[in-house]
Formats: sequence, C-alpha cells, structure tokens
Amino acid sequence: MRRVSTRVILIATLLTPLLNTAYAETPEEKGLSIATEADNRDTGWTDQTANMSMVLSNKQGDTSTRMMCITTLEVQDDGDKSLIVFDDPKDVKGTAFLSHTHSLTPDDQWLYLPALKRVKRISSSNKSGPFVGSEYAYEDLSSQEVEKYKYKWLRDETLDGRDCFVIERYPQYEYSGYTRQIVWLDKIMYQPLKLDFYDRKDTLLKTLLFIDYKQYLDQYWRPDSMQMTNHQSGKSTTLSWTNYQFKIGLTDRDFDNNTLKRAR
Amino acid sequence: MKLINSSRLFFLLLLPTIAAAGDWSGYAGLEFRGFTQTALDTRQDHATNFSFTFEPEYYHRWDNGDQSIAFVPYVRLDEHDNERTHLDIRELTYLKAAENWELRLGIRKVFWGVTEFQHLVDIINQTDLVENLDTEDKLGQPMVNLALINDWGTVDLFVMPYFRERYFPGTSGRLRTLPETRQDRSRFESAAKEKHIDLAARYTHYFGDWDIGLAHFYGTSREPRLLLGAETNGSPFLIPFYDIINQTSLDIQATKGNMLWKFEGLHRSGQATTYNALAAGFEYTFIGILDTAIDLGVLGEYHYDDRGKSALSIFEDDIGIGARLAFNDVQSSTALVGLVWDRDSGGQFFNLEASRRIGDSWLLELQGRFFFGQKRRDLAFSINRDDYSELFLSYNF
Repeated sequence: MRRVSTRVILIATLLTPLLNTAYAETPEEKGLSIATEADNRDTGWTDQTANMSMVLSNKQGDTSTRMMCITTLEVQDDGDKSLIVFDDPKDVKGTAFLSHTHSLTPDDQWLYLPALKRVKRISSSNKSGPFVGSEYAYEDLSSQEVEKYKYKWLRDETLDGRDCFVIERYPQYEYSGYTRQIVWLDKIMYQPLKLDFYDRKDTLLKTLLFIDYKQYLDQYWRPDSMQMTNHQSGKSTTLSWTNYQFKIGLTDRDFDNNTLKRAR
Repeated sequence: MKLINSSRLFFLLLLPTIAAAGDWSGYAGLEFRGFTQTALDTRQDHATNFSFTFEPEYYHRWDNGDQSIAFVPYVRLDEHDNERTHLDIRELTYLKAAENWELRLGIRKVFWGVTEFQHLVDIINQTDLVENLDTEDKLGQPMVNLALINDWGTVDLFVMPYFRERYFPGTSGRLRTLPETRQDRSRFESAAKEKHIDLAARYTHYFGDWDIGLAHFYGTSREPRLLLGAETNGSPFLIPFYDIINQTSLDIQATKGNMLWKFEGLHRSGQATTYNALAAGFEYTFIGILDTAIDLGVLGEYHYDDRGKSALSIFEDDIGIGARLAFNDVQSSTALVGLVWDRDSGGQFFNLEASRRIGDSWLLELQGRFFFGQKRRDLAFSINRDDYSELFLSYNF
C-alpha cells in the first residue's frame, strides 16, 4: 500500500510541470506553500540588531516617541530569541525585555526593571495587549513562524504596481486577539507589503503598511518603516529602523538572564 | 611648573573626552508629603514636608559592551528631617563579561526574590529606610561579585568587605520608631564591626516555566535587632544591634499562563532565636478588561514568621491582597492598591501607588500609606498616626 502511494507521488511529481493547470492545489495548500517559501527565503541571517523608533499618534495628531534597540537571534526549528532595550522615554530608559519565542507553546519572557535591579518572569499570555501603549500588539512584533498560522490563498493582485499574493491566515496560537489576517505578499521579495487585522468580532481593526524595503547581505529584505493604523480608534504608530546589522556573531549567551541584567 | 601645567592641561582635555565617551542620564524630583494626623511624638511637629532628590547616572561601555563602568550618586535634601537629608553612592561599578563568567567590582545594588508585599529573601543591600517604608530603596553595597554561567544555571558569588548601617529617620522625622532609633549608637556582634567580611552565594536557573533561586548568606544582618537604651537623663532610645547571621533562602516562581505562583522561604540563625519565615502567593492578570486595553492584576500573598510576636518584621502572620492596573496608554499610567491585614492583632495597612508620564520627560507619582488598628504592642504602632499621601514629580533625562 505504502509502495503504491509512493509511486503515485513520484509519478505525480514528475508530471506536475506538464499538468500544472490540471493539478488542483487547494487554496489552503497554496497559501501554506507560499508562506513556507517566504520563510525559507528569510532563513540564515543568524542574528540581527537594529535601532527602532516608535512614533505614537492619536486622532488629534499629538505624538509621542519611544526609542529602543532590538537584537534578535535566529533559532532553527523554534521561535527566535529577542532582546529589546528601551532608551526613550527616559523614565523607562534601561528597561529590557527578553523573549524566547516558540511557535505554538507559550513564549518565555522576562522583564528587567533597572530602578529595582529586578528581573521578573512575566506571563506571555498577553498576546493581544498593546506594546508600550502603541497600536502594535505583542503578537504583531513576535517572531513570525510558519506553524503559528493556518493559511488560505485568496487571489493574486497588484498593490501599488507590485504583483502580490493575497493570503488569509488564521492564528493557531492561544490568546490571539485576531480571527484572521490578510497579507499582501510581494511576489519578488516574498515579504509583506500590507497586512489587515480582523478582531475577535471579525471586524477590520488595523492595517499595517511596510514601507521602503532594502535588501541586506544580498538576500534579506527589511522595511525602513512600518505604519500601523487602527481604524477603530483613529490612532496610528509608525516604526522606523536604522542601523540594521546582521551576522554579528551572537549566541544564546547574549539572550540569557545574565545579559538581560546588564543590557543597556 | 611647565610640567604641572601641561599635565593639568592634558587632564582638562581628557576629562570631557571621558565624559563624552559615556552617557549621562537620570532624574531630579520634588516630593511633597501631607500627613493627615499629628504624630505621636510632639517633636515630629510637621504635617507637610518637601523633599528634593537628584540621581544622575553615568554609564560607559566598550569592548562590544563586554566591559562597562557605571556611576550613580544620589542626594536627598529634606525640609524637616536631617537624617533624611543624605548622600549616597548607589552605584560605582566596573563590569567585565565573558562567555562563562561575569565579574563586577564596586558598589551596587542586587535584588533577589519574587513576591510583592515583602521582599523576604532580598538581603545583599541595606535598606535605605529614610526613603520609604516599602524597603525598595537600598544603599549601595561594596562588593566583588563573580557570576559563573553554566548550562545548568548561574552561580553568583559575593564577597562584601564593608557593611552599610541602616539609616533611620531623625528626631523630627515622621514614620519612625518610638522611642527613636539612634544610628550613632549602633552595636555589632563582630569586633570588626562594619569591616566584617560578609559572604553570599546564589544559584539561579529556570526549568520550563519555573524560575528558582537558592541562596546562602553569611555575615552582618542587614536588619538590626532594636535594643532599648537610655540617656543619662533617663530618656529612652533604641539601639540597632547587628548580629552575624547565617541565612539560607529559596525563591520560586511558576509562570502558568496568566497566573504567577510565587514562593519565598528562609531559615535564619544567629539573630537571637533561630527561625523560619515564608511569603507565598499568586498574581493573576486579566488582560484587556471590559474590551479596553487595560490589564487588571489581582494579587494575594500570605506572610509568616515563626517567631510570632517577637519577629522583627511586621509580616509575622499577615495576609496581603492587592490589585494592579496597567492602562497601557501613551502615558504608561499604572495604579496599585494593596491591603495588608495582620491576622494576629487585626492591624491593617493600606497602600496606594499610581504613576503617569507627562509629556516625554516628566513623571508624576502618587503614593498613599494608611495605618489602621495597630495595637500598642505591634511593631507598627509607632507609625500608626503617620498616614500620608505623597506626590512626586520628576524630570527624567
């Protein structure tokens, strides 16, 4: 039986190029394979660091700025590890947030409070809550692993003159604030240009735009900025990155509790 | 002459270079306290009090961040209490980090523990008690600290060559013992007094969602026993007496989804009676209550000290309950209310803390501490008329 099915797969594989139009890949399979391809193309950067500024704006146009440094370690077959150190506002300067992310099991997270010199293990169930008062939820900034979602390809579409796959994805991890997200994935870069977030009532909540991608190490595309707009509150948050660096030679040691305590 | 001049010139040229190489930050703040009742002692004759604090911080790192120095002086100027007016070096440390170890030399602050109402196992630093009752303000502790980093956990070794005595409020200060505790009359078990070399070791690690810390401390107790003394004219005062103690402690936190389970326990000998104490409880967080961005945390803890009424701590058989609100707004507004209830005497302590950023650089903090039903024999009796509300406005840079 097994032998037969292996042979069937073999034949099917050989014939696929010929039968491309006839072979019926379901929208779910197509969505997953695009997401997997996007993930594969963004593998091997090893580690990265960047400075991030976050400008929070409300409906009246008042703004408030946060500055932080984000360091990330790529982890094969699991979620990445990241360390965020705040520089602005000054009353939280030196506060550091360490996260060992996982695809489907809860992340491990610690917070360092410099005034008390205290490391606190914190609950990682807070996926849907706002990150430092911004329009980004914790889950929006977490490591994006293929296993975190189920996928469905919807259509191909042009967005601002760029050919895109439009894919719907459904969070599979616990405590997500979203029923679904719709991604416009650029066909050349295999990176998102736009993301729509639908809340638990399946109403459009937020839209995220990725602006000015640049390619690093001839392979990895990173946006210069990301603009999140909340349609329900009228607030928005713009992230801008500077000083991207890759393959610095970081290890697990740079993402442990000892490093957290001396992070600046 | 010329040599002196040129070397001075060289130094003057070098100084800004050193300062420019690092980074200055910190805060300056103005504190106002209003007391709602007259104090027990007529010499504590003020109902309002202003205080100014300044804590700059210099930080410089090099060698890809593997070496650094930090310098944090601290000053408080108080309107009424001369003992509360004080200067301290919170931190003056050199740090060197390597793959398997980290070495810290100098003056600094170390925190141990997981519970919120009391920091039971936290022992490295002396409490700066003139700052606040919550024991979270600490005096800088001189030390050599070597952390050995292994796959199976981190072992921190501490050698502390100089002991810092606890600061107590002065005669006119509120929130003090009755009779007054006199720091200038301190006594020590060790003949070496504050030069006794204190030692500590701590193992920390995490196993899945369990974080543990196991520690031993040998040396001068940070918390003194208070002995009764008298002036020649017969007026009484309290003498801080610092024993040499051995303390073994364990702290554990289990992080289970929205629930944090916390435990701290210790065994201490050398301070009159040998005793055990524990603090245990939980913190549960409701995320995004009532369809808002606000998180509500609910805390419950039990505190026990088997010395009972003779305990030096107010937490000898007490229940603490509290609620924490995180508004998750642009101003990072937070609020915390807590109530500690002494099961034995029925005395209660109510605590309120709230904070909110104003603009980008200002922070406004509100604090209220209220005491109810302390009996004459309670440790906290002497502060039971010192209910206060505090506003603290700081500029952060």
